[in-house]
Amino acid sequence: MENSEVLIDCRSVWKVFGDRSREAIGAITGRGLGKQEVLREFGCVVGVSDASIQVRRGEIFCIMGLSGSGKSTLIRLLNRLIEPSLGQVKVKGRDIAAMDAATLRETRARHIGMVFQSVALLPQRNVLENAAFGLEVQGVPKDERNRAAEAALAKVGLSDWMLRYPSELSGGMQQRVGLARALTSDPEIILMDEPFSALDPLIRRQLQDEFRQLTKDLGKSAVFITHDLDEAIRIGDRIAIMKDGVIIQTGTAEEIVMNPADQYVADFVAGISRLHLIKAHSVMISAGQWQGAVDGLPRCSPEADIDALIGQITETGSDAIAVEEDGKLVGIVTIRNLLLGVRGDADASAH
Amino acid sequence: MTVNPGAFLAPVVDWLNANFHGFFAVVTQVIEAVLGAIEGALLVLPPWALIALVAVAAFFAAGLRVAVLIAVAIAFPLGILAARRPRVEAALRPVLDVMQTVPPWVYLIPAVMIFSLGKVPAIIATIVYGIPPMLRLTTLAFRGVPKDLKELGEAIGAKPGTILWKIEFPAATPTLLVGLNQCILLSLAMVVLAGLVGAGGLGAEVTRGLTRMEMGLGLRAGLAIVAIALLLDRLSRGALDRKRKGA
Repeated sequence: MENSEVLIDCRSVWKVFGDRSREAIGAITGRGLGKQEVLREFGCVVGVSDASIQVRRGEIFCIMGLSGSGKSTLIRLLNRLIEPSLGQVKVKGRDIAAMDAATLRETRARHIGMVFQSVALLPQRNVLENAAFGLEVQGVPKDERNRAAEAALAKVGLSDWMLRYPSELSGGMQQRVGLARALTSDPEIILMDEPFSALDPLIRRQLQDEFRQLTKDLGKSAVFITHDLDEAIRIGDRIAIMKDGVIIQTGTAEEIVMNPADQYVADFVAGISRLHLIKAHSVMISAGQWQGAVDGLPRCSPEADIDALIGQITETGSDAIAVEEDGKLVGIVTIRNLLLGVRGDADASAH
Repeated sequence: MTVNPGAFLAPVVDWLNANFHGFFAVVTQVIEAVLGAIEGALLVLPPWALIALVAVAAFFAAGLRVAVLIAVAIAFPLGILAARRPRVEAALRPVLDVMQTVPPWVYLIPAVMIFSLGKVPAIIATIVYGIPPMLRLTTLAFRGVPKDLKELGEAIGAKPGTILWKIEFPAATPTLLVGLNQCILLSLAMVVLAGLVGAGGLGAEVTRGLTRMEMGLGLRAGLAIVAIALLLDRLSRGALDRKRKGA
């Protein structure tokens, strides 16, 4: 990522639920209790435990976890729908816990859009009115907000449906309206709380691709919550894996698949296809380890994925591919390296 | 040991009567003036068969409408408050239970003592009787607003008032209309009682039938009340169905 400006900086954030959460927090800071001890001593549930994430400009950051892992709590801490018990959340450099009610509303209205799993469309309003609702509550005049909403609906392909009511739309279309509503206010950051989880697989895949394309085209940053690792890999530039309120690992899909932090992550990534994830630079050996001639080999870039490499090998009939960066030889990928890569072995590169 | 609440309440009512007579007289005059105006306006209608029915309904419903309006004005905000704060609801619940179970005649006694005979005590008793269903259903309606809609309001930076009027109120409307419907019908049940304290209208007819032991008179007035009840019920239910269809 060239532009590494951090839009959301969330540091060591905790959320403890329960009547004695204050005491529990005291014990966490004072005595360094963990979540098990907190549950035992205070009967408080730790929703999010010591979570730190940084979301950079233009990045899609996925938080993946099963139900009860605290991912929905974590995303609500980012726009203070839930107050953090401990720790700091900065949005565009400003601590949102320190904001007064008016500033917080302003920040939510202008900088952070949100899309919900349940869509949360207002049933008595038509699609256009729903999409314009965010601007309406900001007091934007009707002409102006309708223009913005029409533009946003056009982006999600719903121009012909503006005067329909939510109940007349399919689930996938409703979620497009939810996305359009978030885009209408033109925020830099969009929080996506399992937006596609309730949709059927085909529509879901389609919306995943559209969402990624749209977010990149518009230069938005997004935090995307999902319980589906495939979805996280398709959509996310970086992925954080959560379990029991703790972020176990953060990294690109390739980093997580190649170097799972623990057995839990390893089990998760076991079934994931490596073909598009693993790149030439992860599996190549150094040129010195290659005995054969280099000149006759087909060439590829370090970012070419295994799928493309297999294609090249089968087409050319060569035994290996030379990896080049800026016209300079940086390594060799052999058939053996490719096979190891397909299996996802981290030590596929033999050095 | 005997408990004698009257021993405490009677002096209070007497004292109120002695010291605030002027104020209560003004309240009486204001309410009667409003009622008189509504009645007058409604009675101008031409007396054709159907219109006559509506006019008769309206004749007596003028008082009812004022009572329902005041009951709603009290019950609605309290109901919202109770929906937000469980403690308020816990405090209100026994009061509402008492209001609904104490025989309505009992409200009439102090009301008549303070406002003297006529429409005003009847209206006050009707208000007391109409508040509990409206309040309870208001609380229920606002509790039933989907959590994600409220969360949406917060997430887009809406002010609390905006969330209340643009998100919660429309979502709560169907249940609120049920509350209004109940409030109207229960108030109607007070009509007969109102006749006892000289509020006039159909209640007076029923009372007259009862005191003179004239079955026909009482029955006729009773059926008229039923007709009005049906009319009002259908009207408010119609509004409800339209709302549902729109949603």
